Amino acid sequence: MAERVRLTINGVAREDLVEPRTLLVHYIREVAGLTGTHVGCDTSQCGACTVLVDGDAVKSCTAFAVQADGATITTIEGLARDGELHPLQQAFWDEHGLQCGYCTPGFIMASVKLLADTPEPSDDEIRIGLEGNLCRCTGYVNILKAVRTASRRMTEAGGAPTGGAAAGSAAARTAG
Amino acid sequence: MAVTQLIGARIQRREDPRLVTGHGRFTDDRSPRGCCVLQVVRSPHPHARIRSIDTARAAAHPDVLRVLTAADFRSVLHGAMPVTPSFVAEKRQVPERFPIATEEVVYQGEPVAVVVARDRAAAVDAAEWVVVDYEPLPAVVDPIAALDPAGPRAHAGAPDNVCWDVTYTGGDVAGAFADAELVVHGRIVQQRLAPTPIEGRVVVAEHDPYDERMTIWLGSQNPHFIRLFVSQALQMAETQVRVVSRDVGGGFGSKISPYPEDYLVPAAAKLVGRPVKWVETRTEAMAGTTHGRGQVFEADVAVRRDGTLLGMRLTQTLDVGAYCGTFGAFQAVAVYMAPGAYRWRGVEGRTIGVLTNRVPTDPYRGAGRPEGTHLVERMVDLVARELGMDQAEVRRRNFVTAFPFTNPFGFVYDSGNYHGSLDLALAAVDYPSLRRRQAEGRAAGRYLGIGLSTYVEICGFGPSAPTAGATGGIALVEGAQVRVFPTGSVAVYVGTHAHGQGHDTTFAQIVADTLGVPMEQVELHHGDTDEGTGFGYGTYGSRSLSVGGMAVRGASLLVREKARRLAAHLLEAAEADVLVERGRFAVRGSPASSRSFQEVALAAYGANLPSGMEQGLEAVHYFDPANFVWPFGAHVCVVEVDPDTGQVTIERYVAVDDCGTVINPMIVEGQVQGGIAQGIAQALFEEVVYDPDSGQLRTGTLLDYLVPTMSELPVPECSRQVTPSPTNELGVKGVGEAGTIAASVAVINAICDALQPLGIRHVDMPASPDRLWQQLQEVRRP
Repeated sequence: MAERVRLTINGVAREDLVEPRTLLVHYIREVAGLTGTHVGCDTSQCGACTVLVDGDAVKSCTAFAVQADGATITTIEGLARDGELHPLQQAFWDEHGLQCGYCTPGFIMASVKLLADTPEPSDDEIRIGLEGNLCRCTGYVNILKAVRTASRRMTEAGGAPTGGAAAGSAAARTAG
Repeated sequence: MAVTQLIGARIQRREDPRLVTGHGRFTDDRSPRGCCVLQVVRSPHPHARIRSIDTARAAAHPDVLRVLTAADFRSVLHGAMPVTPSFVAEKRQVPERFPIATEEVVYQGEPVAVVVARDRAAAVDAAEWVVVDYEPLPAVVDPIAALDPAGPRAHAGAPDNVCWDVTYTGGDVAGAFADAELVVHGRIVQQRLAPTPIEGRVVVAEHDPYDERMTIWLGSQNPHFIRLFVSQALQMAETQVRVVSRDVGGGFGSKISPYPEDYLVPAAAKLVGRPVKWVETRTEAMAGTTHGRGQVFEADVAVRRDGTLLGMRLTQTLDVGAYCGTFGAFQAVAVYMAPGAYRWRGVEGRTIGVLTNRVPTDPYRGAGRPEGTHLVERMVDLVARELGMDQAEVRRRNFVTAFPFTNPFGFVYDSGNYHGSLDLALAAVDYPSLRRRQAEGRAAGRYLGIGLSTYVEICGFGPSAPTAGATGGIALVEGAQVRVFPTGSVAVYVGTHAHGQGHDTTFAQIVADTLGVPMEQVELHHGDTDEGTGFGYGTYGSRSLSVGGMAVRGASLLVREKARRLAAHLLEAAEADVLVERGRFAVRGSPASSRSFQEVALAAYGANLPSGMEQGLEAVHYFDPANFVWPFGAHVCVVEVDPDTGQVTIERYVAVDDCGTVINPMIVEGQVQGGIAQGIAQALFEEVVYDPDSGQLRTGTLLDYLVPTMSELPVPECSRQVTPSPTNELGVKGVGEAGTIAASVAVINAICDALQPLGIRHVDMPASPDRLWQQLQEVRRP
């Protein structure tokens, strides 16, 4: 039996009927039509599906859509504001932090959470913070640089950027 | 060439804005209206006979449209999947492969039925309800054991498991061994690897029965070859089949060859009369997407006591898998590249392709060249060890120094400076002081190792004469079309395919420089077989720049030349007096008299043309290179191995690469960094494991198959040397695979160097703590 979910994605309130077994990532991609969130592994190793649920980085391939009922979700499409890239998006571009670009949305979303918790991370803190995401193209060298650059620019600009990143200080909702 | 402004510049990628904002165009991001979901029922057995398939219950599911088996597909799919000669024309047996099993399954994951349903849930449920009655057969799971004539056959009724067995000889091998003062033996295992692009394969197909058109969207490195193969199987003209491959989430060789689903999905769309989509799961990818490597090498190297390399005899036993991959025999290039960067009197290489009950192997980043490099660089280190010489010294003594150089198999290295790159790399690590630190550490029970890899690579496939035979007829040249519109904007259509390499940026740099127009005025198109030249040859073998980039340049030059002739007419000047400078056509000696590129473009569509000139400003050029191109370099890896746990820590990784002229240094560095990561991944972490008894895949997810994370990889220190290629006017070589070709053996040589005092002679891959700990226990046993 289909279940009702009410949630907010990138500032837009939605209400949909979904099969209980619908994964959050499939809901985001196929019901909400936001295809920037990708699927890479099905077993939550690769992190390509990472989105923010009430401000927490969540692997949306291991959560059911119904678990997100009442939540505020930010996807990669919700980061840029008024045509201006989020500092992390800009830094990934500037530092060549992507090649094929498939893992990139997940890396950026996980980095948003990382910098929200740790605005000036050390390299080791970046590594630990992002080891739930896999990239096959870059060897991570320029991803590390991009997160450093974004951290520096955001710190210099004084505090957290707008973007969905800051959204939600509500209790964390995690997968499963 | 035009005044260079953009070639060589660190230009940010124009691909990135869409990708960092989630607006990429990956295959699964779109579905035609009314699209159905296709689920594949796969064999759970590595080898079995299919007694029967009962589809009744699945077909009765209210949301299932059709359940299809081989018998259904035989009505719309014809012939067998293609196998090219590649580097082995003389194959003894090539098992015929239909995209779906008929009577016998020969690898775990082989399709046996498909379910087409209205939605994913119904497709997945109904696939579980298809009942297949299998009679398990003995499986061949080890390529060496497969050569035992008394053992089982990968295909029931086959005479043996040998796909090919060919020996190539170059130079005076017998003389080299007759003069040997020492013969050094090595055995090296190249484990199977899963290429693992983060985007799996996705195929969407829509059939239009009224106009008789088939559109196939998939992620491919090679859309024109897919159109060629699939249109033939569907018995449709190439003009009736359109293959579209937009953004692709990585390929690494695994998206070159056609797959069963590339046929089954369009065939199902035709049979069902609805658009159909199939999205691979990661477990399907681990089981069904081609693997790479999977080879065992035995080698003997004949040397003099002064370190002079004389000859090599090697045997490559290559695990072909259950069917011969379309380009699987490409991996035999390991034999041709086994001579490496060195002079030899003779090299003899035997390659044996062996059928097993595992998914086929096919190119994976480097494809044969990492294996050839790993072999020769390990053997050189073993020679150094047995002679008590320094590893760098043995290399220096034997390097090729004069170019062009013809290797024992007749391949001609176009340019190089092997001493130069090694010197730079050793200087970067301060080699003498590293060796001192190593000696001091050993005295204190610490095991530092220094590993060298001085590679040379064949890439830029390729010249028409050798490559036409390798594909079975189509020479791997490249075509490009440049179209200039009346307002002066430039559309460029290329037959290569970018899936992370940034061609939309680098090719635009070449066009902008050649035409003298701003880069923003140039738009690149690839990945749609309805556009551009009649054939495109795809992206693999680090060919895109040295072949495709030259095609782009050539077509741009044709356009520029026509524009110049037209400009001369408009300026009422002699053609010879019109110069092209920064996008303006000016008369020599009177710079005030000039026309802009835009003015000439508009004029090309007008009435005032020189006699005999047609309207329009566009050109097609096919570039057929005179030779392959030959990048090279020197990598140095410094490791410390914990003798108690077998844990390897990479302390430094220094890479000096020479890929000729660089178009965009940012992109070159990114390619090298990523390539090194995959080489290190092979050396330390990754291995596809099948259970040796049951033949079941044990590494079916990314939980078991260890793609390294950010925490496991070092930040390599990369620098460059530039020795332009004489093979093309841009002076470019290739860089997509160099890092992977060089890196695995740099790491393994470092580990072997570290453990030498403990009596360990060789380490195979992955050099996991477990493997090293076991080896350490063995040598410590009294």
